Amino acid sequence: MISPEEIKETLGKAIPVTLVETQDLTGGGDHWQLIVVSPAFEGKGLIEQHRLVNEALKEPLGDQRIHALSLKTFSPAQWDKLGA
Amino acid sequence: MAEDVKDRIDEKVKNNKVMVFMKGTPDFPQCGFSAHTVEILRSYGVQFASEDVLADPAIRDGIKRYSNWPTIPQVYIDGKFVGGCDIVHELHERGELEPLLKSASEK
Repeated sequence: MISPEEIKETLGKAIPVTLVETQDLTGGGDHWQLIVVSPAFEGKGLIEQHRLVNEALKEPLGDQRIHALSLKTFSPAQWDKLGA
Repeated sequence: MAEDVKDRIDEKVKNNKVMVFMKGTPDFPQCGFSAHTVEILRSYGVQFASEDVLADPAIRDGIKRYSNWPTIPQVYIDGKFVGGCDIVHELHERGELEPLLKSASEK
């Protein structure tokens, strides 16, 4: 189990993030869906973008504080294009 | 990863234009992410091969090292790792999956 604040803090230490939205999918605090917007994603494909997030969250993923992680990743330009 | 496991994975990835490593089978998926991935692929009516990693612990572990990707399912198109459930879903929504599948089937 992990808190949204811990997720944001852990991510922010590893990569620059302009937005992190967390959704607890089951209410149990270990199945998370994240929307992450980061300039580090610029020019990268989805696989590389997801790899950066997985790498940043390696510890909570490894010790099962995060059991399942669903990701949506965007560069700031991609995010702006969505009009969000 | 043992050399023979890598060879077995290599063979499946190279010999199938669309290859899915999943939990369960396309008709009886054992995990929601695998089920959703198969559902998307089927919506395009493409042929794909699949491997049930639950039936083979060596492949289940090996495939994660093969792609350096921590989760299953994993989809390979034209010998290349495309992604898991989230990425396949995203490509599908962006309309980028169909051209990938189409170019693979034409080769």
